[in-house]
Amino acid sequence: MSKKSFRQAINEALRQEMQRDPRVVLIGEDIAGGQGGTAGIVDAWGGVLGVTKGLYTEFGAERVFDTPISEASYIGAAVGAAATGLRPVAELMFVDFVGSCLDQIMNQAAKFRYMFGGKARTPLVIRAMYGAGFNAAAQHSQALYPLFTHIPGLKVVVPSSPYEAKGLLIEAIRDDDPVIFLENKVMYDDEEDVPDEPYSIPFGEANLTREGDDVTIVAFGRMVNFANEAADRLEKDGISCTVIDPRTTSPLDAATILECVEDTGRLVIVDESSPRCNMATDVAALVAEEAFDALKAPIRRVGPPHTPVPFATVLEKLYLPDAARIESAVRSVMAYKKTKQDA
Amino acid sequence: MQIAHDILLRSYRSMRTIRDFEERLHVEFATGEIPGFVHLYCGEEASAVGVCAHLSETDTIASTHRGHGHCIAKGVGVDGMMAEIYGRKSGVCHGKGGSMHIADLSLGMLGANGIVGGGPPLICGAALSHKVLKDGGVAVAFYGDGASNEGTTLESLNLAMVWQLPAVFVCEDNGYGEATGASYACAGTQKARAAGFGMPYFDCDGTDFFAVYEAAGQAIAHARAGNGPVMLHVNLARWYGHFEGDAMTYRVNGEVARERAEHDCLKNFRQRVTEVSLLEPSALDEIDTSVKDEIEAAVKAAKSAPLPEPADLEADVYVSY
Ligand SMILES: Cc1ncc(C[n+]2csc(CCOP(=O)(O)OP(=O)(O)O)c2C)c(N)n1
Ligand SMILES: [Mg+2]
Repeated sequence: MSKKSFRQAINEALRQEMQRDPRVVLIGEDIAGGQGGTAGIVDAWGGVLGVTKGLYTEFGAERVFDTPISEASYIGAAVGAAATGLRPVAELMFVDFVGSCLDQIMNQAAKFRYMFGGKARTPLVIRAMYGAGFNAAAQHSQALYPLFTHIPGLKVVVPSSPYEAKGLLIEAIRDDDPVIFLENKVMYDDEEDVPDEPYSIPFGEANLTREGDDVTIVAFGRMVNFANEAADRLEKDGISCTVIDPRTTSPLDAATILECVEDTGRLVIVDESSPRCNMATDVAALVAEEAFDALKAPIRRVGPPHTPVPFATVLEKLYLPDAARIESAVRSVMAYKKTKQDA
Repeated sequence: MQIAHDILLRSYRSMRTIRDFEERLHVEFATGEIPGFVHLYCGEEASAVGVCAHLSETDTIASTHRGHGHCIAKGVGVDGMMAEIYGRKSGVCHGKGGSMHIADLSLGMLGANGIVGGGPPLICGAALSHKVLKDGGVAVAFYGDGASNEGTTLESLNLAMVWQLPAVFVCEDNGYGEATGASYACAGTQKARAAGFGMPYFDCDGTDFFAVYEAAGQAIAHARAGNGPVMLHVNLARWYGHFEGDAMTYRVNGEVARERAEHDCLKNFRQRVTEVSLLEPSALDEIDTSVKDEIEAAVKAAKSAPLPEPADLEADVYVSY
C-alpha cells in the first residue's frame, strides 16, 4: 500500500493486467508518442496527460499501438480485435471525440453479442477523459456517461478516486463485455492509499462512502467527493447523510439505492452530466417507481444547466455542481413539509 | 509575379500581427493567467495570410484548434480575440468559447475547432451554400497533416469532387500531429490522396509568403471559376509545442532554432521586398511598431475587461426555445 495519484493508479492497473495477460494491448493517439519525431524517442508523452507513460518502454511495439488521428478506424479496430482474440484497451483521449467514432461503439461493439445470438464476446475497454473544470470549453468538457448508459450492451464505469480507479479498471479489463471507462480529467493528481498488488472491484456494487439517517445522496464520479464534503459539513449541523457512489452506471446497483432511500426517506442525486435524460433522471425514476411510499420529500437533483460547457472560469464555476449546492439541496429536502394532508 | 503594394503591406501587417499575438500569448500563458488550452501558430503565418490574401468577406474559411492565425488573416480583430482568450465578456464569443472556438461568421470565419477533422465537412456545406446561392464565394478548409487522416477529411474530399464544389482544402503540413510525426502517421502522400479523388493538387513552401500567395492564387481561382475543388498542400514547421506546456522532447535539439533562423516568413519577406526596393524598410518598421502597440493595447484591455455575468451562462443555447 502506498499513496498513488489517480493517474498512477490507472497506469498501474494497465501495467499489471498487461503483465498478467499477453492478450491485453493498448491502442490510442500518442499513448506512447514521439513516433516519427526527429528526436527518435518513443514514449515521449505516454498519453496527452501522461497516464500511459512507460508502458511502451516496458511492453514495446507489439503491445502498445500509437494511431493516426483516425478515431473511427482505431476504435473500430479495437472492437474487431476484441471480437477475435485480443483484449484491447483503447484510449479515446477526450470522451467528446466519441462523435468521430460512435458507430463502432454503438452499432458494432454494443450489439454483437445480442445480434449474433449470444455467440460473440467483445472484451474491450475504451478509456476516455470527461468532465468540466479545466477551462477546456464545450468540445473537451462533457460528461457523456449517460449517452453510453443508454446503449444496451455497454458497461459504463465512472470511478471516484484512485483506489476505485485501479480496482474498477482491472475489473473492466477482465470483463468479457465492452466497457466504457471514464476518467475525470480534473482528478488525475488526486492521491490516496492504493494497494500495490492487483485487485478488482465488481461492477454493479455501489460503495457507501458515508452512512447516515436523514438523507441519501447518490453521486457519480468526481461528484462523490463533493457529496462527501457536503455530508461532512451537514453532519456538524446534525444532518446525517448516506453517500452512495454507484461506481458503474451500467450495471446500476438499484438495490442499494432503494435500500438507503427506504432508510432515510429523502434523496438528493448529484450528476455533472447535462440534466436531460441523465443519471439523475434515471435514478429519480427508479426511486419514484420503487420506493414512493418511503419518500418524505420530493427528490432533488443537483446538476448543471441544460447548456454546453462554457469556457470562462466564472461561468464554468456556475455551471458545475459543488459542495455548497449539494448542501443546500440537502437542507431543502430536510426542510420540506407536506402541505396537503394525506387522504 | 506582380503583387500590388497594398496587398504586400496588408499581408506583412497580417503576418506580423499573428507573430506578435502568438509570441505574446506564449509569454502570458507562462504567467498562469490564461485559462485552458492554447495552440500557437508561430512559424506558420505565411500560410494563413498567403491564402486569405485571395479571399473576401464573402468567402468562408474553417479553421482548427491552431486557429489564431487563420482568424487574424481573415480579419477578426485582435482586441476581441485577446479578450476571448482571457475569457472576457468583450471577447468575440463573449468568453464562452476561448482560444479553440474563436469565430466570426460575419467575416466568413466559421470558427476554430476543437475537433480534429471537424472543418472539412463544414466547408463542403459552406461551398454548397456559395454554389447554390451563386454568390461567387469559395470555401476554404484549413486542416493539419494529422487531420488529413480523419475519415471526415477523406470523405469531404470525395464529396466535394462528387458535388463539384467551390472548395479549397489547405493541408497545413507541419510534420506533427501532437507528438507523433507525419512520417509515422500518414501513409502515402497528400498528393497521391488528391489524385485518388481526381482532385487538382498544388504544393508550396509554407514559410515563403510569395510561394503560398502564388499557389493559393491558382488553387482558389480554379475553385472560384466553377472547376471544382482543389487541394493545396503547404509545408510548414511549428515553432512551439503542440500546446503551451509541451516540452517537445520528440523533436531533435536545434530543430526549431534552425527553422527560426532559416525559414522565418517575416524575415524572408522583408529581405525579398527590400532587396528589389518593392517596399521601403521604413514602411515595414512602421508596421512593426504599430502592431506592437496594437498587441500591447489588446492585452491590457483584455486583462481589465469585465467578466461574463451569471445570466450569460444560459444565454444563446438556442435561437428560440
Ligand atoms: C477528433 C479529435 N481527435 C483528437 C483530438 C486531439 N488533438 C487535438 S490537436 C491534435 C493534433 C492535430 O494535428 P494536425 O492536424 O497535424 O494539426 P497541428 O496541431 O499540427 O496544427 C490532436 C490529436 C481532437 N481534438 N479531436
Ligand atoms: Mg500537424
